[in-house]
Amino acid sequence: MAATPKEPVEFSGAGPLNAPISGVLTWVDQRFPLMSLWRDHLSQYYAPKNFNFWYFFGGLAMLVLVIQIVTGIFLVMHYKPSAAEAFASVEYIMRDVPMGWLIRYMHSTGASAFFIVIYLHMFRGLMYGSYRQPRELIWIFGMLIYLCLMAEAFFGYLLPWGQMSFWGAQVIINLFDALPLIGPDLSTWIRGDFVISDATLNRFFAFHVIALPLVLLGLVAAHIMALHEVGSNNPDGVEIKKHKDAQGRPLDGIPFHPYYTVKDMVGVVVFLFLFFMVVFFAPEMGGYFLEFNNFIPADPLKTPPHIAPVWYFTPYYSILRAITEDFMLVLAIGVAAYVVLIWLTARNQRVKFAASVIGLALIVLMKGGPLAIEAKVWGVVMMGAATLIFFLMPWLDRSPVKSIRYKGPLFKAALTSFVIVFLVLGYYGTQTVTPAGTIISQVGTLIYFSFFLLMPWYSAIDKTKPEPDRVTMR
Amino acid sequence: MSEKETDQGKRQFLVAATTVAGGVAAGAAAVPFVASMLPSERAKAAGAPVEVDLSEIALGERKTIEWQGKPVWIVRRTKEMLETVRANDGNVVDPDSKKKMQPAYATNEMRAIKDEYLVVVGICTHLGCSPVEKFAKQAEAFDPNWQGGFYCPCHGSLFDLAGRVFKNKPAPDNLVVPPYKYLSDTRIVIGEDSKGA
Repeated sequence: MAATPKEPVEFSGAGPLNAPISGVLTWVDQRFPLMSLWRDHLSQYYAPKNFNFWYFFGGLAMLVLVIQIVTGIFLVMHYKPSAAEAFASVEYIMRDVPMGWLIRYMHSTGASAFFIVIYLHMFRGLMYGSYRQPRELIWIFGMLIYLCLMAEAFFGYLLPWGQMSFWGAQVIINLFDALPLIGPDLSTWIRGDFVISDATLNRFFAFHVIALPLVLLGLVAAHIMALHEVGSNNPDGVEIKKHKDAQGRPLDGIPFHPYYTVKDMVGVVVFLFLFFMVVFFAPEMGGYFLEFNNFIPADPLKTPPHIAPVWYFTPYYSILRAITEDFMLVLAIGVAAYVVLIWLTARNQRVKFAASVIGLALIVLMKGGPLAIEAKVWGVVMMGAATLIFFLMPWLDRSPVKSIRYKGPLFKAALTSFVIVFLVLGYYGTQTVTPAGTIISQVGTLIYFSFFLLMPWYSAIDKTKPEPDRVTMR
Repeated sequence: MSEKETDQGKRQFLVAATTVAGGVAAGAAAVPFVASMLPSERAKAAGAPVEVDLSEIALGERKTIEWQGKPVWIVRRTKEMLETVRANDGNVVDPDSKKKMQPAYATNEMRAIKDEYLVVVGICTHLGCSPVEKFAKQAEAFDPNWQGGFYCPCHGSLFDLAGRVFKNKPAPDNLVVPPYKYLSDTRIVIGEDSKGA
């Protein structure tokens, strides 16, 4: 087959290109799909015209990723990943390297900014049903990015080799120790030593600067490819592809470039204002972005009097601490109640049978005397489940509408209480253990899981409003 | 290409066989990488036994020494401290040290070779923090009737002065007693016992 000549180059909204540039583009285009990539992802990617404030955060997450990669590269030029030198090399960056303090504070503030942006981005998805069919894979790739980001943050936190670095890593690696049978060998393998040591620091450095960034970039590419395949959701949760013009363009869509690239620039400027206010005036953010104990070199013989993870992990940390031996009975009763609920409402006999078997097994493992697994392991399991349960969102939501604008009072109340509980758990995760704090965390844990596990029921019976046919501008 | 029809059965078999062989090869290729992350020979060789002079520890005080990169506490217990251990039998998870968290020679009431000196690894059995000493008998935020012992700042586990964990705390087990032996009345060696371990 003879090569068909490519379509003439076209920039929507731009005047005709002058001949030399157009010639170069044609030359490139015959060898690399430059213009079709440009069209598919920017100039002819039609995004709903009713994006609001909440749609800034995906782009901002990409911006923070770039900040982290660029500042990270320059930090690696001065940092020494060895137990003997790491702490001093970070101080060297802060004091002696020209502008080193700025690059380091951008990186440390960027870590917290990343989570702020990602949490808001996830909340947007929960509000407008962006996880719903046909966007399940976008959501799943997004959740994988979130997990990858948590791992990246965790590995990075060991590198300054301060007290919180050391004892934070000690606690998290010991989580694996709790797993039955393979636990101790697994945690030794992760550490590369019997205690956290130089070997651990070195491999965490490798994961932090090479392995996870590569995975992260791949996942981000997959996230965006899946998004551009099905098209963006919007605050109304209706599909813009239902109504197209004669050329097959969605009537309610506008080209991403220039409309949203220009709009996002405004968001970027506002974000950078806030970001650099923190970098310049409050890089430690009262001990939440950079913990005070981490300005003390790691001491394997002495745990700081109060240790807490960085703020973005604290909701899960609260759940970990909430699972005590006497709470296991509550959990077992919760599982039993859930099985009863399935029995009362499921029509499928197989579902009832499976729920009973799984429920019974869980109850035995929780409270079955000699067969029971200790609360410590359950704490780890519940903490892991709290992060993984987001993956199920596309299948838990049974509402006929996607967006919170048309969902009923039950879903609105559930999402509101989930957000409150997430913040309360986050707050208690930063505090020392008190009896009242433990009870609040336990109640919070129950509400956290109820939001997800009861969703198939409350989202189905909720009184929803009819969706509009086309997107609305408000 | 031959004009004969493709033998689908043979093709499926060959695809399956190639997939299995490729999978095995990929798995085998992962072995050296996974193995390289295990503790090195140097890490395994570290952790020689440590000798400690007990005479420099005052009555009722604790000394922390490093053994295998971990803190080991030696507490010289007063008569009063030993009394609180006896009084705690009802409040701890494993009062009789039934779980093997200590060598046989320390499986006794005070979890020690000699009652006066408690030797334990100062690492919480929950998630590996090092508990802090709270030896004074006084009301504490975590227990208004505190009789003295150890408090883990990470997740609030409490241990008595024999390293036994209190009930309903995140830590499941008593603190570990390392292998040790007396060289003389005032010297012990940690990491080695009379059985030559």
